[in-house]
Amino acid sequence: MFYFPTLTETGLNAQSSPDPLAEELRGGDFRPAPQINPGYPMTGDVSALHLVLTGDPGLFAIVRLSLQVSLSAVLFAALVGVPAGALLALTRFPGREVVIVILNALMGLPPVVVGLAIFLLLSRSGPLGSWGLLFTPKAMVIAQTVLVAPIIAALARQTIEDLWAEYRDELAAMDIGPARRVVTLIWDARFSLVTALLAGFGRAAAEVGAIIIVGGNIDGFTRTMTTAIALETSKGDLPLAIGLGMVLIFIVILINALAWGIRHAGERYAG
Amino acid sequence: MSMRAPASDLPLVLAEVRIVDGEVTILDRITLTITAGPPTILIGPNGSGKTTLLRAAMGLVPLTSGRITWGGREATTPGRCAIMFQRSTMLRRTAAANVRYALAAANVPRAKRKERAAELLALVGLGELGDRPARRLSGGEQQRLALARALARDPTVLFLDEPTASLDPYATKAIEDIVRAVSARGVKVVMSTHDLGEAKRLAGDVVLLHRGRLIEAAPAAEFFATPHTGEARKFIAGELLV
Repeated sequence: MFYFPTLTETGLNAQSSPDPLAEELRGGDFRPAPQINPGYPMTGDVSALHLVLTGDPGLFAIVRLSLQVSLSAVLFAALVGVPAGALLALTRFPGREVVIVILNALMGLPPVVVGLAIFLLLSRSGPLGSWGLLFTPKAMVIAQTVLVAPIIAALARQTIEDLWAEYRDELAAMDIGPARRVVTLIWDARFSLVTALLAGFGRAAAEVGAIIIVGGNIDGFTRTMTTAIALETSKGDLPLAIGLGMVLIFIVILINALAWGIRHAGERYAG
Repeated sequence: MSMRAPASDLPLVLAEVRIVDGEVTILDRITLTITAGPPTILIGPNGSGKTTLLRAAMGLVPLTSGRITWGGREATTPGRCAIMFQRSTMLRRTAAANVRYALAAANVPRAKRKERAAELLALVGLGELGDRPARRLSGGEQQRLALARALARDPTVLFLDEPTASLDPYATKAIEDIVRAVSARGVKVVMSTHDLGEAKRLAGDVVLLHRGRLIEAAPAAEFFATPHTGEARKFIAGELLV
């Protein structure tokens, strides 16, 4: 019913030599990257589905790193974006509308532009070059945080502003101060804010442009699902690309389903 | 809820209070003194300024001119007053958590909040519904919960803005019973309604507003027996004030 290219067809199991660039970037601390199906025969019907079902260590190392990077980015972006969105929802100042328009526009930030900006910041001659973060997972987290934070902030602002319109009179009558207002609104909007986090995760999980620039797609170190899919596809190594694509889609569906469940269970409890 | 001495924040005095929104005069030089005692009921048709008067007294609406004093002091609205809005908004929490939130806002120590919340919920007849999400309660139950939340401030003065509007007779009676109970405990209730029957059932004093002006203010018995103005006579007779 489905066609999955075999290793023979794709040449996926060709042994790759240690990447000298990666070795140099890691200061010589090179650990051999997990190999894709090292034990599989040169010939046979090893397919993308097989890679997934057999729990291929190379494939799942990539999946693990992807999740670590994307979820960390969503966490950091939420820590910045939700309070920033709340603050923007509750404050009035000259030029606020302009800030909102710019924030909304930043939701469409091109990942490659963000990647380039972070690359320039973290490169050896850049202002943060001394941190030595370029071509590390941390750099990828930073890039994705920059991409995701405006999405979470913009959606949080809208959600919290709508709730503030409902709550304004009650909180004023209870004499609730500004700091407590922010906490109350974020807490009461928490189930609605799940949607903002999901949108952020969707962006992070799907993007390739930024992390390939700042991460370098180094095998076993900064290779994620999306960068691996791009690389393997360009090489014609389709089983891994397809396998990763399947896993990526499965994870996105799983996380959305979990979030949906949490939101609806929460709404049943809290109203 | 505790019994209290006569409210030291009273009398509440509005002097020449005027509120204008753009071209529209919402309150037009209202002068009124509200003293301790049985409920003061503001009556009048929709748009007469009842809600704005209550909000102004609570300090939620800025005055265009005039002044409001509490207990002879020209100060901001005292902490010991509370308001229940016509369309109360339930926080997205359980009924008990709504009351506990109001208790926390009123600086009630954390250790006492659970017990006080249970007392207040019992007072408004929601003792069994504390664990229910507030937004899933019926309209009448939500109004009673809003009343419990307002009482969490342990107010000396309680403003109620048409608390029984759109409620059925059973829910209306439940609210009115609570108002009587609260008033009997020494809380000054200032309540708006456009329901003449409700005003007759609850009022100690009646204030008739029409088009932002104070038409007549008098003890309830006097107001209903011998109204002094044509508008009051028409309103009591059930004629339309337009």
